[in-house]
Amino acid sequence: MNGQSTSERQQPLIVGAGPAGIRAAQALVKAGLRPLVVDESPACGGQIYRQRLVPDGRSSRDLYGSEAQKAEALHRDFAALDGRLDYWPQALLWNLRDGRADIMVEGTSRQVAYDGLVLATGATDRILPIPGWTLPGVFTLGGAQIALKSQGCAIGSRIVFLGSGPLLYLVAWQYMKAGAKVAAVLDTAPFSAKFNLLRGLPLFPSIVLRGMRMTAELKLGGVALHYGVGDVRIEGTEKVGAIAWRQDGLEHRLACDGVGYGLALRSETQLADLAGCSFAFNQRDRALLPERDAAGRTSVAGVYLAGDGAGITGADAAERAGERSALALLQDRGLPHDASRAATLEADLARIGRFRDVLEAAFPFPAHWVRDIADTTTLCRCEEIKAGEVRAAIGQFGVHELNRLKAVSRIGMGRCQGRICGAGAAELLAHETNRNIEAVGRLRSQAPIKPVPLTLALAAQPEAAE
Amino acid sequence: MSRRLEVDVAIIGGGLVGSSAALALRGMGFSVALLDKGFCGAQASGVNYGGVRRQGRPIEQLPLSQRAHAVWPRLKALIGIDGEFLRSGHLKLARNEADMAALETYAATIAEQGLDLELIGHNGLRERFGWIGDGVVGASFCPGDGHANPRLVSTGFAAAARRAGVEVLENTPVEGVTRDGDRFALDAAGNLTLRSRFVINSAGAWAGPFAESFGEPVPLSRIYPSMVVTEPMAPVMSVNIGMTGRGIYARQVERGNVVVGGERALPLGDVDLSRPRGEGALSIMNRAAALFPGLRHAQAIRFWSGTEGAMPDENPVIGPSRTTPGLLHAFGFTGAGFQIAPGVGEVLAELVRDGETETPIEAFSIGRFKEISARTDAGSGAGQNQEPHQPGEIRP
Ligand SMILES: Cc1cc2nc3c(=O)[nH]c(=O)nc-3n(C[C@H](O)[C@H](O)[C@H](O)COP(=O)(O)OP(=O)(O)OC[C@H]3O[C@@H](n4cnc5c(N)ncnc54)[C@H](O)[C@@H]3O)c2cc1C
Repeated sequence: MNGQSTSERQQPLIVGAGPAGIRAAQALVKAGLRPLVVDESPACGGQIYRQRLVPDGRSSRDLYGSEAQKAEALHRDFAALDGRLDYWPQALLWNLRDGRADIMVEGTSRQVAYDGLVLATGATDRILPIPGWTLPGVFTLGGAQIALKSQGCAIGSRIVFLGSGPLLYLVAWQYMKAGAKVAAVLDTAPFSAKFNLLRGLPLFPSIVLRGMRMTAELKLGGVALHYGVGDVRIEGTEKVGAIAWRQDGLEHRLACDGVGYGLALRSETQLADLAGCSFAFNQRDRALLPERDAAGRTSVAGVYLAGDGAGITGADAAERAGERSALALLQDRGLPHDASRAATLEADLARIGRFRDVLEAAFPFPAHWVRDIADTTTLCRCEEIKAGEVRAAIGQFGVHELNRLKAVSRIGMGRCQGRICGAGAAELLAHETNRNIEAVGRLRSQAPIKPVPLTLALAAQPEAAE
Repeated sequence: MSRRLEVDVAIIGGGLVGSSAALALRGMGFSVALLDKGFCGAQASGVNYGGVRRQGRPIEQLPLSQRAHAVWPRLKALIGIDGEFLRSGHLKLARNEADMAALETYAATIAEQGLDLELIGHNGLRERFGWIGDGVVGASFCPGDGHANPRLVSTGFAAAARRAGVEVLENTPVEGVTRDGDRFALDAAGNLTLRSRFVINSAGAWAGPFAESFGEPVPLSRIYPSMVVTEPMAPVMSVNIGMTGRGIYARQVERGNVVVGGERALPLGDVDLSRPRGEGALSIMNRAAALFPGLRHAQAIRFWSGTEGAMPDENPVIGPSRTTPGLLHAFGFTGAGFQIAPGVGEVLAELVRDGETETPIEAFSIGRFKEISARTDAGSGAGQNQEPHQPGEIRP
């Protein structure tokens, strides 16, 4: 089918086939629409319910643990939509504008006209630079999880997990269950922070108890748990050899050959930015995020946000937000939609939101680490820029806004466009200029949102979503 | 909080033109305020392609361009950084005989101007620039031209001006200018009242309404050149590349990234902002990969664009106002103001100090639009992309 007829058909476009995108697709299909779903991955599921690349004998239970049922349900429900939607896996939506998207799929770029856009782009790990974080053998927590889920391999034979956030314990536990040797879990927060979880009990007892059980199993499995660690250094020359930290004024050091590191997650907001959505500061995530109402509507008509891409709330919230945003899309188009279902979803989302407040208190972001970032520590790995060079640029040019800092220091100019270094650069800039984190702004997004080959050809005819 | 400030010269617009003028004026001992609606160097001057080239300019720009040419190698002394300025040479390629003939004509026309252009045939090109692929019949080489990092140069000029004692007021849009007796009164955001003996209108693509408010409408439109940058590569190209006709321009920066331009971006809903078109960027990328075999496996990592003021005759407006003593204009550089700006700054400073300059700038007089100003909206193409003039915003 050619481009002309597609534009007439006005297909909604969903970006991301994780929990949010899948539930959004399901709701739109149920209402009789035929959305186009694009996702970079070869299979649906998103980060959390990522599927193995090849069948390798592992069961869902092996892969997803207590969440196996949810994972299976999502994979199954998405498969059941086959024939009633269009699904482009391994497709990178690299540019977006005025109802048209540029999508790299099967080696060429296609232009797709859409009507209605659900961004369910998810999140990646948030990090602050520490000495040695760029050594081979250091992975983000999410990266470590992907290696395990999709490739069935571990990031080392003696692994330390470091950071903050629920993912820290989850990934450590998954590795232990998979038979890997987990040497220690280093939590940046003091043990006392975990008492906050008790406030979460009335909200989601099962989740809190599951977390406690995982922690207990880690201990039983011989994994050392350390709280309130700081001044962390990953040591090694060619690759990771050890990790050293300070705790209660004492120096500690542990040999290891793999490190999983992450300080909770950060939202993937590039497409929302390209779509023209307005952003506002979100205290819980310490980030400027695209604004959305309780239903997922953004400041741009016809553009909806669902899941971690608009603020970190986790997989269960993502499923609900995906469905909710689809109902909003239906409503905004004047199509029948289930208002009471929408209300239920919003109530659920509000409750999960309150629970995220609890988690944030139990797994606080160690913002104070920024004081200790050494001048010699790499801040931007794509452009190979050290913290000292960034500090010098801040002083020399007198900048206090993140895009200006990018201009004069190159941070965020490389292949990842600041997705990795942006959070750390913002913290450093805020600290150096004595400002609140929200005052330094955010890196504006530019297409292509991820690298594309220079020889990428435009598909001969703007092709239809078929 | 209201604030009053009294200076010799108030400069509207902290692009490279405004900030280099500020630095030069400060050097002459004037008190100067440099105002920008955003951050200095964040518009055209800081986001351009970075070509520092005299070759290809209209002949009337060359004396001024030569003057700027003398400033570039002195950046380190002037602003404390070299701005990654590289005198690499600028090679302008011809795809066919007609293009080559145009290059030859240009070289002959400007022979007296000291650019030392060298015409190179197909074989010479093969020998000296073997990294250029097929489909090029010849070129014209300007050894003294080069390229620099606009982000550093423009921000560096403003930072140096601040260090030299210029009152740099960022995030301070000028909302109106009036002539008040023998002085100007500027209304700026943040309740700032500024009085000055001189005003320089170097507000780039936004300069039109200021000129108009003094009875000097100009056919200033906007262009949005579109850029692509690759991941860092091993050294591929040694010179700054230009092309005649519908070509591309390309340079490789110190760090290894190759910057390629050649298409126009489109404005967003807010015409101050623009974004490269996907097809346009792909076309630039494909053309670059075809022309430079060394780039065939490169990845494009980022696109950008910027807002630049453009004049129908491709020459800027530089010089004193015809209606208002003490007012100087300098805008409309039409995609080629980066190289020339440091020279323009010096010229503006001389105009303030001496009321004249030895550098010929008559061709850039705002007076040249007297006749056409009446039909600005109809035929010049200026109306469409121009910032809507908001009544009451600029008070004549
Ligand atoms: C993408 C791109 C590529 C280019 N490539 C090249 C190149 O390779 N070589 C070359 O020589 N030239 C190039 N140019 C052109 C060059 O960048 C410009 O000609 C030059 O920078 C113009 O300088 P300026 O100071 O006039 O304008 P600007 O840098 O735009 O400065 C004007 C300033 O005025 C401020 N301003 C506007 N209104 C107000 C107000 N009301 N109050 C206060 N401040 C205000 C703006 O915020 C802005 O900072 C390119 C331009 C672009 C956009």
